[in-house]
Amino acid sequence: MIHQYKLNGYNIVLDVYSGSVHVVDEVAYDIISMFEQKSEDEIVSAILEKYKDSPDVTEAEVRECIGDIAELKAQKKLFTTDPYASLAFDLKSKSNVIKALCLHVAHTCNLNCSYCFASQGKYKGERALMSLDVGKRALDFLIENSGTRTNLEVDFFGGEPLMNWDVVKDIVRYGRELEKTTGKHFRFTLTTNGVLVDDDVIEFSNREMHNVVMSIDGRREVHDFYRKDYAGNGSYDRIIPKFQKFAKSRGDTGYYVRGTYTHRNVDFTNDLFHLADLGFTQLSMEPVVCAPTDPEALTEEDFPKLCEQYEILAKEMIRRKKEGKEITFYHYMIDLSHGPCIYKRISGCGSGTEYMAVTPWGDLYPCHQFVGDEKYLMGNIWDGVKNEAVRDEFKKCNVYSRRECDDCWARLYCSGGCAANAYHATGKITGTYEYGCRLFRKRMECAIMMKVAEAQDK
Amino acid sequence: MKRIQTLETRDLEKSVKNGGCGECQTSCQSACKTSCGVANQPCEKKTEKK
Repeated sequence: MIHQYKLNGYNIVLDVYSGSVHVVDEVAYDIISMFEQKSEDEIVSAILEKYKDSPDVTEAEVRECIGDIAELKAQKKLFTTDPYASLAFDLKSKSNVIKALCLHVAHTCNLNCSYCFASQGKYKGERALMSLDVGKRALDFLIENSGTRTNLEVDFFGGEPLMNWDVVKDIVRYGRELEKTTGKHFRFTLTTNGVLVDDDVIEFSNREMHNVVMSIDGRREVHDFYRKDYAGNGSYDRIIPKFQKFAKSRGDTGYYVRGTYTHRNVDFTNDLFHLADLGFTQLSMEPVVCAPTDPEALTEEDFPKLCEQYEILAKEMIRRKKEGKEITFYHYMIDLSHGPCIYKRISGCGSGTEYMAVTPWGDLYPCHQFVGDEKYLMGNIWDGVKNEAVRDEFKKCNVYSRRECDDCWARLYCSGGCAANAYHATGKITGTYEYGCRLFRKRMECAIMMKVAEAQDK
Repeated sequence: MKRIQTLETRDLEKSVKNGGCGECQTSCQSACKTSCGVANQPCEKKTEKK
C-alpha cells in the first residue's frame, strides 16, 4: 500500500509496510499513481500527453523513471504488501508483562476546568489522596510484573498530583531504593496544572522526574475560559511565571507544555506561538475529548480549519528552525531512521496490558481514561489482575482488530489509535474515532513533510 | 534516481527480527494522554536498527 500527497510544494510518496518515504517530482508522482494499474506503454503515452509542453519530458526519460520505480518495488520500498498480520495474531498470546503505571495520587484538584475528562479530578467518584503505602505497593507490583524489562515508567497524575506532593516525593525515594536491589530503572513523570509549583517542586523534579508535563492552553483568554479555580478566577497569571521558571530550569529537555484545543479556539496555532513567545520550546496541543453535544466539541465545519492550522504550524516550525529558534511539537516528532519497531507499531499504547492506571485506593484500570468505569476494573495492586476478560480484550485491541484500519495508510504510525477515544466514540475499544483518525492523518502528513523539507535542505 | 529521492528510514520488515525488546516508552506516558500514536516514540535500542 502507498500514500501519495502534495504539501508545501513537495510531492511525497509513503510506502506503508516498509516505512519508506520518497520525495518525487511531478512526473514521477504521476507515474507512481498509475504504476500498478497501467502497462508501461500506457503510462508512457499518458505522461507524454500530459507533459507535451515540457521538452525535458522525453520517452526515454519516462521509461527511465518507470525503471527506477520498478527497482524500488523490487527493493521492497514501494508497493509492498502486508507481511505483519501473523505478528498481530501472535500478540494476542503475548506475555502479561507490565512496564508502566499511571499513579492517580490525587483524585482532587485545585482547579475546576469545565472540560476535564476526569470530572475535576474526582473521576465521577469521591475526592481521595493516595497513601504512601498504596504508592509503595504500586511500585512493588510494577516490579513484580515487569519480567525482564529494565525501564519502568511511573506517571504521577490526578487530579492534581501536587496536592499530594509529599507522598509523591516519598514514592520516588522508595523507587530509587528499589532500583538498587532490583536492577530496574524508573522513569518518573509529573503532570501538573502549575498552581502549587514552587522551588521545592522544581528542585526535586529536576533531580528526579524524567519528564514534566505542564498544562497550559495558550493565550490568556483561551486558558482562563476553562482553567479556572473554584472561585471562578482564571489561573493563567498564577501559573505562567511558575512554568516559565520551571521550564527554564529544566533546560531544553524533559518537559512539555501541554494544552487542549476545543471548538472555541480552532486557531490553536496562535496558542502554540504564544507559548513559544513566552519561552517554551517543547509543545503539545491535543484536540478536546468530549461528547459531540458539548459546546466545546469540534465540529465538521472546524475540520478544514484545523487542517490549515496544522499546515501553518509545520511551515512556521520549519521557518523558526532555519532562524535558530527551533520549537518542537509532540505530534510532529518523528524519527524515520530510529523510530519504533514493527512490534510497537502494531501493539500501540499498551493500555490494559503493559500500561495500567492505579487509583488512590489501589484499584487497577486499563488506563487513566477508564478510571471510574466499573466495567473496566481489572483488579488491584495486592491481588493483581483478576479481570482476565478485560485484559484479553485489550490484548486483542490493535490495528489489526479494527476493520476500519485495513485500508488506512497511517495504520503503522498510529497503531489503531486510542482505545479510550474509540470507546467514547463508538462504545467499544476496538471501534475507531473517525474525527480523531482524520486529524491524526493530517498531523502525520505534516510531520513527514517536515522531514522531507529537512532532507531537501541538506 | 533523477526524479525520486528516498529518505533514510528504518526497514520495518527487518525490525521483525531485530525489534520487540519492549524497552521503549509507553506511548501515553509522555505528553499526549488522549490521542495515542506510536510514530513519535523513539526506539531504545541503540544498535541493530537497520
